[in-house]
Parts: sequence; structure tokens; C-alpha cells
Amino acid sequence: MLSLVNGSQTIGNSRGFWLAFLAVLALALIYPIFADSYDVGNFSYFLIWIFMALGLSLIWGYGGMLSFGQTFFFGIAGYSYGVLAIIMGGGSMTILALVLSVLIAALAAAVLGYFMIWGRIGGVFFGIVTLAATLSLAFFLGQTAGPEWHIGGARLNGFNGMKGMDPLTVGDIYIEGTLLYYVMIALILIVYLGLRMLVNSSIGNVIVAMREDPQRAEMLGYDVRKYQLLTFAVGSGLAGLSGALYTSWGQFITPSSIGLPAAAMPIVWVAFSGRSDLTATLIGSFLLLFGFQTITIYSQQAALVLMGGLLLATVMVMPQGFIFGIAQLVSSRWKRRPRPKKKRDPDRDAHSQMRRS
Amino acid sequence: MVTARRTGAPRGQWVQRASCIRLRPEGLVFAELFSRFYQFADVFSFLILASAGLAIVFGMMGVINMAHGEFIMCGAYVTVGLVNLGVPLPLAQIMAAIMAGVIGVVVEVLIVRRFYRRPLDSLLATWGLSLIVTQGTLLIVGSSIRGIGTPEGSFAVGYYTFSTYRMILFACALAVLSGIYILFMRTRFGVIARATMQNAGMAQALGARTGRIYAVSFGIGAGLAGLCGALYAPTMTLIPTMGATFIVESFVTVVIGGANVLLGTAPAAVFLGLVRMTLNAGYGQIIGQIGMLFAVILIIRILPEGFSSILVRRGR
Repeated sequence: MLSLVNGSQTIGNSRGFWLAFLAVLALALIYPIFADSYDVGNFSYFLIWIFMALGLSLIWGYGGMLSFGQTFFFGIAGYSYGVLAIIMGGGSMTILALVLSVLIAALAAAVLGYFMIWGRIGGVFFGIVTLAATLSLAFFLGQTAGPEWHIGGARLNGFNGMKGMDPLTVGDIYIEGTLLYYVMIALILIVYLGLRMLVNSSIGNVIVAMREDPQRAEMLGYDVRKYQLLTFAVGSGLAGLSGALYTSWGQFITPSSIGLPAAAMPIVWVAFSGRSDLTATLIGSFLLLFGFQTITIYSQQAALVLMGGLLLATVMVMPQGFIFGIAQLVSSRWKRRPRPKKKRDPDRDAHSQMRRS
Repeated sequence: MVTARRTGAPRGQWVQRASCIRLRPEGLVFAELFSRFYQFADVFSFLILASAGLAIVFGMMGVINMAHGEFIMCGAYVTVGLVNLGVPLPLAQIMAAIMAGVIGVVVEVLIVRRFYRRPLDSLLATWGLSLIVTQGTLLIVGSSIRGIGTPEGSFAVGYYTFSTYRMILFACALAVLSGIYILFMRTRFGVIARATMQNAGMAQALGARTGRIYAVSFGIGAGLAGLCGALYAPTMTLIPTMGATFIVESFVTVVIGGANVLLGTAPAAVFLGLVRMTLNAGYGQIIGQIGMLFAVILIIRILPEGFSSILVRRGR
């Protein structure tokens, strides 16, 4: 089972890669000892979004469905967490609220996915229907400023955003600061390794087969629609995990984290990184989030212009993604060398960038 | 559409006149019917004007132009800028549409042209462009510019008064539809364009310059988007992100219109207009928009190829 973390659907299967991986993990684990708590909090903030990016990589890169609706499920779970945490009254119940809100997001994806996938909506239409749903949700939530818009004691508050929910709590301990950081690292580790196992399993092979040629996969006896629905629900559930964690992190969520330009962000991260590989997505998304946050301090508009420029540059220059492209370039260069024993890992270059940041 | 409601003349709702004239019952019925028609016409013209440009670009090239909203924004900004300089409104609107069209041709040549074989990448490229333009405008122009008021003028039917400008918009929507029909069905360009649409390789072999046809079609699409922005500029608050208010409606119209744009867009707009009008009148704007989205999701489940598929089948 565990051996499935390595396979043909992921890059970085060598021993060198895993050594580098462990080194990065070790660095991540000791990071809070050196950094001050503000930086650690910021760091956890970047990590929140990684799940959404990994989910999109699964849906789009592996499953071949271009979903523009990641923030739709992000928002559904984010708001669900808020509502549930308020209704169920904080405390350890917030953990249940987190789990439930992720399930609600996955369920919403299953319903929306049913209509689209069984309606044979594919290609560009998949993207624009999911985007239309996303924008409509943002529009709807923006209109909920009045006091009549509440679920139990939880007021939606329109554009001002929903607040007043507890952060994730176990017993009396709020999961915040350094503790939250470690929870994030653990969750990312679980999700990342879990997804690697998923895509390298027999299910993953079918998912990739239906991306390459849905008809052929169907002729081979697989009900492509079920696999597409599964991929869509899992990937969207991950977006939901990001959403619920986001609400818990700031105890706050607004419709602007659903609508434009927020909806474009996961696309930019994943496209830039290399959608067809989980590791590339993980590294690239982290780098972009870090860069974006750094520039946002000076000017949010400039940061968004840069994101748009990166998206444009990616599809024009390197459609398979920059991080993925660099990894391939490095790997092919090293493979040409006569001594395969000293083969360097393709991902290390990208990893060293991560370490530097 | 959100911002459209905030300012400008009452829309979808009607002002009761102070001086009530006693009407005979049949006059009342007519007024009621006309008011329904007015609301329908309002939604219908919005859908047609917002989606015509997108539909042409999609129909011709299979490309969904994610920067469609930004061409609309461009049309609106140019119109308002020109009016503030003293240009009469109709002239400013025409110039804005042409301006958007020219920019569209430039965008086609520089960017979109490379992606005809990769429609999904064209989506991403135009979305990147959209981000750059929206946020760039925010950086350069600022969050809002001084708007222009809706042209005055109203007319009365029975107890109700209606804005004349809304009726002009309806006329423009019909004019755009017939213009597209004439352009594609009655001109030499239209014949070549339809040939390119059906089989680009064959059309090229017969001597059509498909590259130029694509550029012109994209320009027409962008120009129509600019026209939409120009026409709605007087009724809206102008913000750089205003394109987003149009794109949901234009997307869903194109999606359920289906692949054959010349046949699909108008019936799709009629259907969505009816759904929207009924829900708006009964339950308000929010339910109207969400109900429309649900209708779209149901329609794509029942008619995956959109309305044009029924018409095409009938026609055979």
C-alpha cells in the first residue's frame, strides 16, 4: 500500500528525491524554533491554500476537468464551518464542524458534478459553468447583509463577512500559532502522500486514462463518469478543507474570497507550477503564495497583475507549467550523463528554491 | 447586473404615476401585459447584448474569451470618457464599440491566435489578460470614475411609466441580432466565415484567408462587447471590475445556446429571459439570478448540446 507513493503518475520517485523531501520536512519542522510567532502564523496562512491547489491538480491535471470552481467549494466549506461552529457552540465541536464542512463541500461537488458530468459537459464548458456557479455564490452571499439572513445564531453579514466563530479547538486549547502550523504540516503531509497513493493506484491509472482519452477508457470497460465524479468530489473536498481552515485561521470569511479575482488564483498557482504533477503543484503554489503575499503588502493590484501575467506567460511559454518544466529539463539533462549512479534528483532544484524561501 | 440595479432608472420595477387616469379594464390588462413585456425585454436585451460578442467568438473559433467582461468594461470607460469630453452620447457609444473592436483585433493577433488548437489554454490566456486589465485599470484609473446619468425620457402605459432608454436597449438588442444574421447569412464575408466555422482546413484550401477571418470575427466579438458596455455605461456605476457583472449571464447564455451560435443564442436568451423575469417579479433579484443558474444546470443535463441542437435536428 505504502509503496504506491512511488509510481508512474508522479515525478520524484528516486531515493534522492525522498532524501530531499525529508530534509525539507525536517527544516519545516524546526522552522518555528528560529522564527518569531508572527512569521509562523503567516506561514500557516500560505499552507492553508495548498490543499485547494492539490485538489485542483487532481481534478484538472490528473482528471482533465478544468474546474474554475475551486473557490466555490472553498466558500461553501468556509461558510459551513462558520455556521456550524457557531450553531454547535465552539469547543471540541469545531473539529466536527471542520469535518462536516469538508463533507458538505464534497457533497456540493457531487451534486454539481452529477449534472455536469452526466450531462456530458466537458472542455471549456466545464470551466465556465463552474465559474458561473462560483460567481453566483459570491453574488448571493454579497446580498446577505440584512439581519434576515442568518442560520441559527450565525449571521452571514453580506460583504462585511461572517465572524464570531471559534477557531479549531481541542478541549480548552485553541489550535493557533505554532500549534496550528504543526497541524498544517501534518495535514499537508497526509494529503500529499495520500494523493500520491491515489494517483498511483489502479483508480489513479483510470483517472489518467480518462484524461488522455475518455472514449478509450470507456471502451475498456470503465464507467468514466463515476471516476470523474469521484475525482471532482475529492478535489473539491480538498478545496473545502482549505476553506474551513481559512475561516478557522482568521475567524472570518467574506464573499470576496469566493468571487473574482480570488477564483482565478488556484488556476494561476496550478497552471504555473505544472498541473499534471502533485509535487510540482505543491512547490509552485507555495512559492507563488509566498511571492504574492510579499508583493501584496505594497500593492494588491500589482500582485494581481503579476499573477495574470504569470498565467499568460505560462500558457504562452511553458503550457505544462514552469516548475514541472524545469524539473523535466533538469532530469533529462542528468539522465543523459553516462554515470547513472550519480543521477541527481529532478525535483531537488525546485526543492532548494523552497528551502531558500 | 448587480451594479446595474444600484443606480440609474428603475428597472424591473415601475413607478406609479401620481395622476391616475381612470382606465377601462381592457386598458388595465394591456398595461399589465406591457409591464410584463417590458420586464422581459429588459432581461432579454441584457442577455443578448452581454452574450452576442462571446457567442460569435465561441461559435467561430471554439474559444471562450474570458476577457469578454474587460472588453465590456473598455466600451463603458471609453464612452464615459468621451461623453465627459463633450462628445454626444450616441457618437461616443459607437466610437467605444469600434475602439473595443480594434483592441480585440490586436489581442487576437498577439495572443489568441496561438491557441486555436488548444482551446483550454486560450481560456487561461484570456483569463490572465482579464486579470491584468482589471487590476491594471484599478492601479491606473482608480476605483471609480465620474459616471454619466441615464438619458432622461419616459413614457406611460396605463398606470405605469417606463424608461425610454430601456426600450432603446431592447431595440439595440434586436438590431444586434438582425445585424449578426445579415452579416453571416447575407454577405460574402458571412459565407466565408460560416465555411471557416464548419471546416477551417477546407475553407483555407479553397482560398479563404482563415487567419484574417478569425481576426475579424474576434474583432466583431470584442466590438459587440464594447457596444454592450457602451450601451449600459449610462445606467451603471463604473468600476474596473464591472465586467464580472456581465459574464455570468453571457456565459450561461452561450452554454445553453449551444455550438451553433447563429441559431442558439436568441432562443437561449428568450428562455433565460422568461425564467428570470418570472422569478424576479415573484421573488426578487437574488432568487432570479440563482434560479437562472439552476435552470441552466438542469438544461445542460437534459440538452447537453444546448438549444441549437434541437433547431439543427429540426432543420434536417
